[in-house]
Amino acid sequence: MNIYLESFGIFFKIGTFTIGGGYAMIPLIEEEIVNKKKWINKEDFVDLMAIAQSAPGVFAVNMAIFIGYKLRGIKGSIMTTLGTILPSFLIILAIALFFQQFKEYQLVENIFKGIRPAVVALIAAPTFSVAKSSKINRYTIWIPVISALLIWLLGVSPIYIIIIAGIGGYLWGRYKHSKSEQK
Amino acid sequence: MIFLQLFYTFLKIGLFGFGGGYAMLSMIQGEVVTRYNWISTSEFTDIVAISQMTPGPIGINSATYVGYTAIMNAGYSQTMGVLGSMTATFAVTLPSFILMLAISKFFLKYQKHPMVEAVFSGLRPAVVGLLAAAALLLMNAENFSTPHDNLYQFVISVLLFITAFVCTRYYKINPILMIVLCGAAGAILY
Repeated sequence: MNIYLESFGIFFKIGTFTIGGGYAMIPLIEEEIVNKKKWINKEDFVDLMAIAQSAPGVFAVNMAIFIGYKLRGIKGSIMTTLGTILPSFLIILAIALFFQQFKEYQLVENIFKGIRPAVVALIAAPTFSVAKSSKINRYTIWIPVISALLIWLLGVSPIYIIIIAGIGGYLWGRYKHSKSEQK
Repeated sequence: MIFLQLFYTFLKIGLFGFGGGYAMLSMIQGEVVTRYNWISTSEFTDIVAISQMTPGPIGINSATYVGYTAIMNAGYSQTMGVLGSMTATFAVTLPSFILMLAISKFFLKYQKHPMVEAVFSGLRPAVVGLLAAAALLLMNAENFSTPHDNLYQFVISVLLFITAFVCTRYYKINPILMIVLCGAAGAILY
């Protein structure tokens, strides 16, 4: 199949099932793009999350742009972006035009009561697979623990965590570099 | 004129909206409700609820809905409303599209550079923390109810959570299938 149509189709599918915010897209991308299609590998997937988080805008769309670009440059990223945006655009438009009282339907409410805890589980699960592919060990485990606690308990914005972690990584790299030169 | 303002406002939100959908929502509220009075607070609350309930990134959902509602409230036709939602969605995506292209290009070119490697060696463990925090933040009364408010819903929610976690992590059930199944469980059990 044509790669443009294929990438559009897969991101359309992912966009359709991204329920409850951009992070809900992570398990879907991991399954469809990393495991099945192998368009990006596990290590790049972790880097991609860091990149998508540090750029402004919609997290899920940022991830789609990167993957599209890696596949087929600018044209590829246009396809994946459209695929991600279109389902939500069409659904919201349909609701705005035809069923303003959408959220008052009891059945809709009940379906979402079932979906919401599942989405939380779907976000919790990749935490462990991502920890594995980012090679967390007993010397680095404090970094995710402290980051998670700062965001969760103190309400620190993830963007600051990203900035500090990036600078920390850079300084550590320089320190190791200078040490290896001394030898 | 309102189209230009809508475009400019959402361009700004797209450019400065760091930190995901929820951070964007407060920016949208500040601009669209407080500053321009395009929509009322109660309309905005409805839009937030619907954006969370429907598929798709919250930033895109709310931009689409706000674009439509703002134009309708200004007294235009439905067709113009649709145009309004296109304007807002396009504007909110444009800045990150351009920026992400530049970043992707840079990253793919210099990925193996020792200094870029060093930066990412710090970022990778932090991403794990970010994911964990996202999951922890979502473990709230809104998604699970509480034993005090609604014991039945709380128990069902915890069971669905455990089932979804175990099935996707250990049995490699497709996440999309998992969402569909849990939605069906909700329809039957509630």
